[in-house]
Amino acid sequence: MYQYIAKRVLLVFPTLIGAAALVFILMRLIPGDICLVRLGSGGGSFDPHAIDLCHAEIGLDRPLIVQFLSFVWGFFSFDFGVSMWSGKPVSLEILTRLPISLEIALLATVIAILIAVPLGTISALKQNTWIDVVVRTLAIGGIATPSFWLGIISIMFVLDITNAISGTPWMPPIDYVPIWRDPIRNLSMAFLPAITVGYRYAAVSMRMTRSAMLEVLREDYIRTARAKGLIEKIVINRHALKNALLPVVTVIGIEFAFLIGGLVVTEQVFNLNGIGRLFVQAVQNQDYTLTQALVMLTVAIFVFSNLIVDLMYAWLDPRIRFA
Amino acid sequence: MPPLLVVNDLHTEFRTGAGLVRAVDGISYTVDPGETVAIVGESGSGKSVSALSVLRLIPDPPGRITQGEIRFAGRDIMQLTDAEMREVRGGDIGMVFQEPMTSLNPVLTIGRQITETLEQHRGMDRAAAHRRAVELLGLVGIADAERRLKQYPHQLSGGMRQRIMIAMAVACDPKLIIADEPTTALDVTIQAQILELMKELTRRLNVALIIITHNLGVVARYANRVNVMYAGRLVESGPAAEVYHNPRHPYTMALLRSVPRLDRPRQERLDPVEGQPPDLTRLDAGCAFRPRCRFAVDVCAMKRPPLEGTGNHLAACFRSHEIEREAGAAA
Repeated sequence: MYQYIAKRVLLVFPTLIGAAALVFILMRLIPGDICLVRLGSGGGSFDPHAIDLCHAEIGLDRPLIVQFLSFVWGFFSFDFGVSMWSGKPVSLEILTRLPISLEIALLATVIAILIAVPLGTISALKQNTWIDVVVRTLAIGGIATPSFWLGIISIMFVLDITNAISGTPWMPPIDYVPIWRDPIRNLSMAFLPAITVGYRYAAVSMRMTRSAMLEVLREDYIRTARAKGLIEKIVINRHALKNALLPVVTVIGIEFAFLIGGLVVTEQVFNLNGIGRLFVQAVQNQDYTLTQALVMLTVAIFVFSNLIVDLMYAWLDPRIRFA
Repeated sequence: MPPLLVVNDLHTEFRTGAGLVRAVDGISYTVDPGETVAIVGESGSGKSVSALSVLRLIPDPPGRITQGEIRFAGRDIMQLTDAEMREVRGGDIGMVFQEPMTSLNPVLTIGRQITETLEQHRGMDRAAAHRRAVELLGLVGIADAERRLKQYPHQLSGGMRQRIMIAMAVACDPKLIIADEPTTALDVTIQAQILELMKELTRRLNVALIIITHNLGVVARYANRVNVMYAGRLVESGPAAEVYHNPRHPYTMALLRSVPRLDRPRQERLDPVEGQPPDLTRLDAGCAFRPRCRFAVDVCAMKRPPLEGTGNHLAACFRSHEIEREAGAAA
C-alpha cells in the first residue's frame, strides 16, 4: 500500500516537468510580444529601445534555457514571479481569484455526486421503467446543454421571478466573500454557477453510475449475495455499489480537474472574477509568467485529483491495495 | 419420511431476442433428507436453471417460472413472500456456485462475506458471527482462520475459495445445499478434495445435496440418485448405480460412452455424443434427442416419450427396454 502511494507520488514530478516544458515552448511559439502590447496598445509611436528595456525588465532578454530553468526552479520553490502585465506577484493574482473558482468546482462536484450516485443507481435498478427513462433523459439533457446557455437561462429565470415577486430583480453579489464570513452572501454568488456546471457534471457521472451498476448487477457475486438471502439494501449498498463506484470515481476526478481550468465560459456568463477569466486575459496579453503559472496550477490540480482517484481506487479495491 | 424437496412439473422460461426459451420444460423430482441427488446434462440442458428456480433466483426479466410446484420442507416455495424467501435462501438452503473467483465479492473480506449471512439469518452480533466464522473455516479445512478471515478472495487459491463458498453455504445449518458445478473451475486434484469435503460435510451435518454436474464420475461416486436432463426435460431418473450400469435412455448411454475410463483398453476410441444440443426456441412435438439418436424411429418424431419405467428407475424413451438390453450386453 505505501509502496503504491509512493510510486504514485513520485510519478507527479516528471509529469509536472513535462508540462512545464510544453507550456514554456508553446507560449513562445505564439506570435506577438508582451512589450509590444504594453507599449503600443495606446496606438502611439514609441522608442524601439523601450522594447529592449522592457524585455530586460521582465527578463525576456535572457537565453531561453535560463528562462526555462528559472521558471521551473521558481515553481518548485513556490516563487512564481510577477505578472508581466500588471507587475503584481503572480501568486497574488491567482490567489485572489482561486477561491471562487475552487468553490464553484467543489460545490459542483458535491452536487454532481449527490445527484449522480443515487439517481444512477435507481436508474440501473429500475432499468427500462419510466424512472429509468426520466433519469436517462435528464442525463442526455445535461450532456447536450451547453453550460453557458443554461447559465444565461437560469440568470434570466431568477431575475424574472424575483422581479415578478418583489418588483425589483435580485442580483447576485459581485465581490467575493469567503463562506465562513458570510455564508448566505457567498452561496448566493456561487450556487447558480455551481448548479449550472454541476448539471452537466452530474449527467456524465450519472450515466457512468448507471452503466457500471448495470454491469455489476449481472456479476456472479451479486447472485451469491442474493442466494445468501441478504436483504436488497445490503446487496445494493454493500455488494454492488462498492464495485460500481470504481469507474464513477475516475469520471468525477477527471471532471473536477477539468472544471478548475474549464470554468472560462461560466465565469464570463455569471460575471465572476475567477481563474478561467484570468487565464483568457493572461493568454491575450502574452503574459508568459502568469500563463505559465496558471497552466502549472491546472496541471497540478489534474495530477493531484488523479492521485486522489488512484488512492480512492486502492481504498475501494483490495486487489489494487494488496497488489 | 416425507421428501425434503418436491419439484413437480416445473417450467422456467426465458424471453430472449431469438424467441421463448423453455429452459426447464416440465421436470419433476424429489430429494429426501440427507440424500445426495445429482442432476446431469450438457451445457444448456437446463440443469442450472432448474436448481436456481428452487431458490427463485432466476433473473426476471428475462426469466420466469411459469408453471409447477416446488415444495420444500412442506412449504410451497412459489407462495412465499420475498421476506420469507430470503429466510430460505442461505438459511434453509445453501448454494455453492461454479466459479468461486467471480462468485465471491472481490472488495469484501472473506470474514465479512461469511458473517453477513449469520447476521442476517441468525441475528448474531459481529463478535458471535466472527466466532462462528472461525469455526466454519475449521469445518471446511482451512487453517489459520483468523488470518484468512481478514483476507480478500484474490489472495486465496481456487480450491480455498471454493471451501469458503462451502463454508458460506453451511453457515446457517441448512437442510439442503445446491451445488452448481462446484468443481468445474478447479484443478483435477482440487476437484477430488472439494467433492470429498462436500461428501463428508453432508454426511456429518446430515444435509441433503443437489449436485449439478456434467461429470458422470462424480455421479457414480457421490450421488444416491441421478436425474439426467436433456433440452429442459428429465430423460432418465433413478438410483445412481442403476443408471450407471443399466442406462435406459440413449442419451445417458452416449454420455457414459463419452467419458474416458481407466478400466477400458487405452486403444479403445472414445465415443463423443455426436451433434449439437437442440435450439430450445425451436423444439417440435417429438423427442428432442431424436436428431442425435441412433435408435430413433418414426414414433419419436410424433410425440415426446413420457418419463416412465419400473420401480424408481425411469426413462423417457420409447425404446428404453431394448436400449437397456443392449447396454447390458455391451457392458
